[in-house]
Amino acid sequence: MIVQALSFYVFAAVLIVSGVLVVANRNPVYSVLFLILTFFNAAGLFVLLGAEFLAMMLVVVYVGAVAVLFLFVVMMLDINFAELRQGFVRYAGIGAVVGIVLVAEIIFVVSSGAMSPAAGALGGSPMPAGVTNTEALGNILYTDYFYLFQAAGVVLLIAMIGAIVLTHREREGVRRQRIAAQLARDRRSVEIKKVPTGTGI
Amino acid sequence: MWEITLTHYLTVAAILFTIGVFGIFLNRKNVIIILMSVELILLSVNINLVAFSSFLGDMVGQVFAMLVLTVAAAEAAIGLAILVVYFRNRGSIAVEDLNVMKG
Repeated sequence: MIVQALSFYVFAAVLIVSGVLVVANRNPVYSVLFLILTFFNAAGLFVLLGAEFLAMMLVVVYVGAVAVLFLFVVMMLDINFAELRQGFVRYAGIGAVVGIVLVAEIIFVVSSGAMSPAAGALGGSPMPAGVTNTEALGNILYTDYFYLFQAAGVVLLIAMIGAIVLTHREREGVRRQRIAAQLARDRRSVEIKKVPTGTGI
Repeated sequence: MWEITLTHYLTVAAILFTIGVFGIFLNRKNVIIILMSVELILLSVNINLVAFSSFLGDMVGQVFAMLVLTVAAAEAAIGLAILVVYFRNRGSIAVEDLNVMKG
């Protein structure tokens, strides 16, 4: 119990500190690296909650794809980031006040609320006993929630097509392969010449 | 203190959510940081869903967290694609320059 509590506090503290550093850092590259640290610690919290599959998904999808995509874009764009920091201090004071009020209110609501003992029985898919988290998730994801799973796939497909359509551009002066022109060539389009030795064409 | 309850997780998620909102508020010029703040907000939502799923013994929260994860990945891809196109056209990513459509 005490080990679990200690690891919760460590994960939560690092999560919050790195979250603050994501938004407060001067260098966007460091921001992305702290974002990766945030995702790792959130994955640790998921493991503590018993959601191992989602923890691994978080590491693979967020750290492996999303954060690397961010890093790629940050390094690809040639931006003067010092200019973008102007007005940072001006909004920091009022922003901190609003943020502290917001978090205090949320914590007040969260800690004063109570869960009804009957709430667990109202769930749609109770957690099966004696099954690993991945198996339990797979058992309901491909049966009860199959349409939602398919919809998620459609969302990803549309995102992929959208990103390609947005960033694709036709460039001038680039030699492209024209497969139709290649296949249309036959013997008549090639001229064969006998070249005598020492004379040239 | 040594008993980790649902409230602990919800508090962490609330703090993370506030950091995300604060980040949008603070970095009003840098679109990349704003997108990262949106990712933080979605992560806090996921922590909420998984915490409720775990403490209520209900798998639906984890299924829903997975869908939120999917949407977050799609959002990051589309957002960064729009950002790259915008930078290619304007040579800047400052939010305050995004006033072409202003009448």
